[in-house]
Amino acid sequence: MSTALAPPRARSRLLGRDVLRLGTTGLRARPTRAVLSALGIAIGIAAMIAVVGISASSQARLNDELDRLGTNLLTATPGKSLLGKATTLPADAVGKIGRIDGVQSVSSIAVLSVPVFRSPLSDPDATGGITTTVADDALLRVVSGSVRSGDWLNPATSGFPAVVLGHAAAERLGVVSPGTQIWLGSNYFTVVGILDPVPLAPDLDRAALIGGPVAKELFGFDGSPTTVYERSDDAAVDRVRSLLGPTITPQSPSDVEVSRPSDALAARNAANQAFTGLLVGLGSIALLVGGIGVANTMVISVLERRREIGLRRALGATRWHVLVQFLGEALLLSALGGVFGCALGTAVTGVMALVNDWPFTLPAVTIAAAVASTLVIGAVAGFYPAIRAARTPPTAALSS
Amino acid sequence: MNAIISLEDVQRSYGEPPVLACAGVTLTVERGELVAIVGPSGSGKSTLLNIIGTLDRPTGGVARIDGLAVADLDDRALSALRAHRIGFVFQQFHLAEGVTAVDNVADGLLYTGVPRAERRRRAVTALGRVGLSHRLGHRPNQLSGGERQRVAIARAVVGDPPLLLADEPTGNLDSASGAAVVELLHELNRQGTTVVVITHDVELAETLPRRISIRDGRVVDDFAEPGVAA
Ligand SMILES: Nc1ncnc2c1ncn2[C@@H]1O[C@H](COP(=O)(O)OP(=O)(O)OP(=O)(O)O)[C@@H](O)[C@H]1O
Ligand SMILES: [Mg+2]
Repeated sequence: MSTALAPPRARSRLLGRDVLRLGTTGLRARPTRAVLSALGIAIGIAAMIAVVGISASSQARLNDELDRLGTNLLTATPGKSLLGKATTLPADAVGKIGRIDGVQSVSSIAVLSVPVFRSPLSDPDATGGITTTVADDALLRVVSGSVRSGDWLNPATSGFPAVVLGHAAAERLGVVSPGTQIWLGSNYFTVVGILDPVPLAPDLDRAALIGGPVAKELFGFDGSPTTVYERSDDAAVDRVRSLLGPTITPQSPSDVEVSRPSDALAARNAANQAFTGLLVGLGSIALLVGGIGVANTMVISVLERRREIGLRRALGATRWHVLVQFLGEALLLSALGGVFGCALGTAVTGVMALVNDWPFTLPAVTIAAAVASTLVIGAVAGFYPAIRAARTPPTAALSS
Repeated sequence: MNAIISLEDVQRSYGEPPVLACAGVTLTVERGELVAIVGPSGSGKSTLLNIIGTLDRPTGGVARIDGLAVADLDDRALSALRAHRIGFVFQQFHLAEGVTAVDNVADGLLYTGVPRAERRRRAVTALGRVGLSHRLGHRPNQLSGGERQRVAIARAVVGDPPLLLADEPTGNLDSASGAAVVELLHELNRQGTTVVVITHDVELAETLPRRISIRDGRVVDDFAEPGVAA
């Protein structure tokens, strides 16, 4: 009869806020299952966050420490001779280095082969790895060490049988306070001080430090150092480094080994980073398993809710609406795990930082990456179940 | 051309070799009719109703619903037809557990793009139409079977669709609740809705002005009370 255009038909429409509401229906209907399936993702994310947070916090601690200790300390030691026997540096090494342009301070130690015991009655074979070491007044300042109790050697005590113990040495000898007598090279020495750990010169932790004059008098010390410590202007470190060998032994500069203790500290942290890589790997596996858990939950959910899907189709839902509902549910589920995991990982980082006395450091980009990865996981995990839900024929869904 | 349902030799086959659940049905239902579809179990009543409701597509013949040829429509267009033009009532109610009557009914408008507050407002009105104004906040497990089916009917008519399809709406109800549901369908029909009801219940069918009998996927009888335009 009429050739007029058909009136525009109303479309099937689902509002965005209703998509959100729909996404939560499955979670609210079965909260236990939702929590359990989000748990895998939570653990994975927590592991990742904790690993990154812990390594960032310990790195921050190291940076603080290096700031405090300085990175301008160089040590010079004699290279191994052909026979592999440790040798010494010339006695005038300290004076020569002090004259290099840019050098701020110089100090040295000499390790003597003199055994140390708690008392004359101690088992002579149990030396405990403590080395008798000759130190000068400047040493503690140059290596940024500090005295835990008692005093550092001074010109007066250097001439007497007085000893300062590194913290490990004190522990091994069982010395807790200054004033104690120990048996050093068949002489009684009085402990006048105990040091804190010295991060830039860990050798000193195991040392029993005595003055030069008393070492000369009792053990025939000839003044040749075994290690020279030197600090220079930050800008001059590289130049000084190349000059140390030629300055100490001009005839064979390569006999002197130069190192930078702050590099060793940084390297120790780098080794920790390798461990971090392992943990990140484990975290990714947890995430993968978590994603599979979410996918599994969603597949089961789609099977269980065929009638609901059929009903929604009868009420006018398009395939797309059904797909969006289940995809949204998977995204919410993994986002739930992600939020949980972020909180847990942050808490673990906080506790570790507190326990180890690190500055709490967690880059914001880590949290952002965690959230982004949970969304990707949710989308991937939810895609197949959502497609299945959308393909469910409305009649099959209702008659089941 | 004004018929709300127009089927021409509609077939629906399942499986291989094909079994015809619908073996060539031709029938027309005009707007404003109240029709019963009767027949023994397995005769193809539900199959036919699913085709009329566009939940299923015929494998042969032409189905026109509300003036539109189903074969020409894609999933979105069919969904739109169901969202705005067709209401469904099922034997098993298919209400969402743990959701109040109002929210169950409001879901009848979920896919029409109406905001939630308005959906709930209209759901309250629809529950009033089915006589459940005193059960708005009840959940399905707090309602009797008859009340649940009336909630389902309210959900089907909350959007005022011109066509209401019911597959054995009284199948799970005792006779008193069943009678109330049938009376409700009569009332909705008086208000202008075209109603198609599948039923096993011969007595119930007798009360409806037009009865279409199905057997083995075919129409074997189409009886209209005198004085009713068919
Ligand atoms: N998905 C299907 N796959 C195969 N065969 C089907 C399917 N759905 C229905 N049938 C068959 O089609 C025929 C008609 O089924 P239908 O459900 O339409 O019957 P009905 O008249 O509604 O029966 P009842 O009164 O028991 O509900 C039956 O023989 C049935 O086995
Ligand atoms: Mg049936």
